[in-house]
Amino acid sequence: MRVLQTRHFGEIRIAEESVLKFDEGLPGFEQLNKFVLIGNEDKTSPFGWLQCVNEPQIAFAIANPFMIVADYDFELPDEAARELCIAKEDDVAVYSIVVVPDDLTRISMNLKAPLIINCSTNKGAQIILDTDKYTVRHYILDEIRRQEGGADAGTDKEKGSDDRHK
Amino acid sequence: MLVLTRKKDQTIVINNDIEITVLDIQGDQVRIGINAPRSVSIHRKEVFLEIQRENEEAARIKPETDKISLDEIIKMNMK
Repeated sequence: MRVLQTRHFGEIRIAEESVLKFDEGLPGFEQLNKFVLIGNEDKTSPFGWLQCVNEPQIAFAIANPFMIVADYDFELPDEAARELCIAKEDDVAVYSIVVVPDDLTRISMNLKAPLIINCSTNKGAQIILDTDKYTVRHYILDEIRRQEGGADAGTDKEKGSDDRHK
Repeated sequence: MLVLTRKKDQTIVINNDIEITVLDIQGDQVRIGINAPRSVSIHRKEVFLEIQRENEEAARIKPETDKISLDEIIKMNMK
């Protein structure tokens, strides 16, 4: 058990087994190598947090992209699968980093560079998808309006859509 | 910056373990092949900078106690 003094959640206790290792950190934050996932009490919420362990004043709001963008779909690049030692699809959790600007209506998520976590080894990385299909700034409110207003979004299980909040 | 001129199919080697090859040249586009150890990350620069900027923006999020929760933000704005 470790106690962390965080900016967003005050004092929290974390178990060593739940610490995620991001060997490459994140683009712009290469020095942030250890994180824990903080889930939501409301299990129907797509939102959670990626709390940094080695720099506890930093935390990222994250979202399960498949719960917001029903048809979010991508091929996990081989290099990423190797780097994270992914043995099977069920071990993979995917999250998008959420930006909450001062204008709350412009809340967005990064679909172009998802966070990939191997739940069995606790290794993680932010990978950049080689596609024009998704952007770094996908506006969440627009997406929800689109889904509610438009046709049935479908509930196919997407690749790597294992959602585990630790 | 070191500047070298290469023709199609010629290669540059860096640090004895990274190889960059000009695979094809079509008009103003160059197809570049890169052989590097798994530990070396390689990205199109403008894309990498974009991700970096977005992460920096994300890290500026104010603590939740000062704001309402993300789910409330969505609910409020959907009415």
